[in-house]
Formats: sequence, structure tokens, C-alpha cells
Amino acid sequence: MAYLTDRKRAVGMGSAKTGTEHHWQMMVTSVALLFLIPAFVFTFGAILGSTYEEVIAYYQRPFPAVVAILTMLVGWFHFRKGVQTLIEDYVQGLARKIAIIAMICVSYSAAAFAVFAIIRIAL
Amino acid sequence: MVQLTLPKNSRMTTGKTWPKPEGATNLRKVQIYRWNPDDGKNPSLDTYFIDMDTCGPMVLDALIKIKNEIDPTLTFRRSCREGICGSCAMNVDGINTLACIYGMDEIKGDVKIYPLPHMPVIKDLIPDLTHFYAQHASVMPWLETKTNRPAKEWKQSIDDRKKLDGLYECVMCACCSTSCPSYWWNGDRYLGPAALLHAYRWIIDSRDEATGERLDELEDPFKLYRCHTIMNCAKTCPKGLNPAAAIAHIKKKMVERVV
Repeated sequence: MAYLTDRKRAVGMGSAKTGTEHHWQMMVTSVALLFLIPAFVFTFGAILGSTYEEVIAYYQRPFPAVVAILTMLVGWFHFRKGVQTLIEDYVQGLARKIAIIAMICVSYSAAAFAVFAIIRIAL
Repeated sequence: MVQLTLPKNSRMTTGKTWPKPEGATNLRKVQIYRWNPDDGKNPSLDTYFIDMDTCGPMVLDALIKIKNEIDPTLTFRRSCREGICGSCAMNVDGINTLACIYGMDEIKGDVKIYPLPHMPVIKDLIPDLTHFYAQHASVMPWLETKTNRPAKEWKQSIDDRKKLDGLYECVMCACCSTSCPSYWWNGDRYLGPAALLHAYRWIIDSRDEATGERLDELEDPFKLYRCHTIMNCAKTCPKGLNPAAAIAHIKKKMVERVV
């Protein structure tokens, strides 16, 4: 029970003066993924079912390797931002903060492992 | 906070079934949410039968008939009976709408009437809109100017006036905000479609000189950016407005300031 006025409840702690950067980054990464995902599907699909040596040789070419790296980086960054919004929607309090930290760790770790794997194949 | 089940004291029970009117041939079954804060019971769904031959065509007519002729304890808000005041907003047949402009003939089968979703109920069909109104007030829904007041009126071109069409018509019935899942889960911080539509109405007003301050106040992950373009607001608005488009325009303005 707290004797707060209606206006006080509505205004809360005021504006955080942030959010547009997140919104803009989601828009930019969405547009980037619009091109990257088809490019990744076509390059990755083209080599599906090939032998180990063929796949290694294919990903030593710059275009498939760069497309794969960009897709992983942009994709996981987009995932990290999107899932943060999802968590903010459905989880509250301390659990919200823990979930966001865990999700950021998972996203950046996955991106790092993916890029490391592609570079290892490519070089 | 997301809630997938109702709290124990909000779970619906079967209510009273009122007798059918004698001699009526054109009967319509109407089920209405009932809750009285004074009796300590859970909400219930009461069943009424009304003779459509002696009833007006709108849902509000049916409610008034029930209150006048069957059950005077039935409680609901109403005033203008022509879609201007926004008082009789309620959930009819699963849609948030104004009972006064929603026809009984638009509903197939039994008529089910509930209060606006996910709001505290004061009694029966009356939701507590205190927070909703406070959020509306927080967006400063009035003309803010710094220039000295002109001798006559603040001038506005016809083209600039046209930009307010589709915005000024909002009657603050709360149908849109209470249909929005984002508002259900985070209504304490998210301003909701109605307040944001009003915010945009003043942001886009050519006479207003507080555009920057208005955008500053809205730039917040919760106040503005909880809108995920679900579009329930535009679908349910009984005035045919599109709050989602207004919110998208606010976001566009925010980006224009940065990029």
C-alpha cells in the first residue's frame, strides 16, 4: 500500500531517454538480414551433401565465408536485441535482469564460436 | 506482468438465470459479467432473456432494457448513446467496442458482455480507468506554446489541419488500450495506444512548440517502445482510428532526430 497520486503512478521515474537506438538497430539489422539470410541459404545450400574436402575448399572462398560470418554476427546481434525485448515483455524484477544477462552471454558466445569456426575453416 | 490464469478471486462462476418474459416470441439470450465488491463473491455470468420486439437495436438498448425491466442492480456506464462520449465501452461478443453503436444483429448466437479486459473492475461492467486517464494526462494533451500569444488565433494551414484528421476524433473509450497485449502485461509503464495517439496528435500539430519536449518524454523502452505493432488497437477502435499508425509515426520522428 502506497499513497501515490494517479499522476505519480503514471509518470513513474520519467523517461529513460533511450530506446530509439535499440529500435534503429533492430531496423538496420532486419534490413541486413533480409539480404544476408537468402545469401546464406543459397551459399550453404549449394554445398550441402558434399564431401568434407569440398566443403573446406568451398568455405576457403571469400564470398561464402564472408556471407556466413556476417549472417552469424548480424543474426546473433538481432537475436540478442529481439530476445531482450521479449524478456522485458514477459519477465519482471530480478528475474528480468538475470534473464537478460544470460541471454546476452549466450548470444555473444554463440556468435564468437560461429565466427571462430568459420575462420578456422576458411584459413 | 504476464498472467496466464486468473487470480482465484477473479475466476468466473455460473450466475443467476433470470426468467424468460411471458408471451415473448422473439427472445434473445444475453449473458453478462456480474461482480459486486460488497458481497465478497467471485464474478459470475448472469443470463437474461430479452424480447427483441420491444427492445432497441443496439447492445446498449438491451442493457438499458435489462436494467429497467429485469434487474435494476446491473451496473454500467452510459451517456450519449451515439458513440461520442466513450462511456459505454465494454467487451461485446469478444470485441472491445461501444455498446451504443454495436448492433445486436451483428452478433451471432448468444450475446456475451464483459467489462473491458485486464482492467480492475469497480462493479459489473465498469472498469477502473484511473491509471488510463492519468497516462493520458501525462502526455500533456493540450497546446504548448512559448511564443507570445497572438492577438487573434494561432494560425494553421488547411494542410496542417488535415494532419490531425484520424487523431482528434478519439473519444478516450479505452477500447484500444485494453485490447493491447503489451498494455495488459506492462500497462503500468507502457502508455498504451490511446495515450500515444493523443501524444502524436499534439506532436504533429503545427501550432505546438513543445515537439522536442514531447518526444523526450516518450523516448523510453516502456512508455513508447512496448508497441510491437500487434494492431489489435486499430482492429477494435469503434471510431475506426488507427493508433498503431500514430505510434509508428512517433517512432519515425524519434529516428529522424537521431539519424
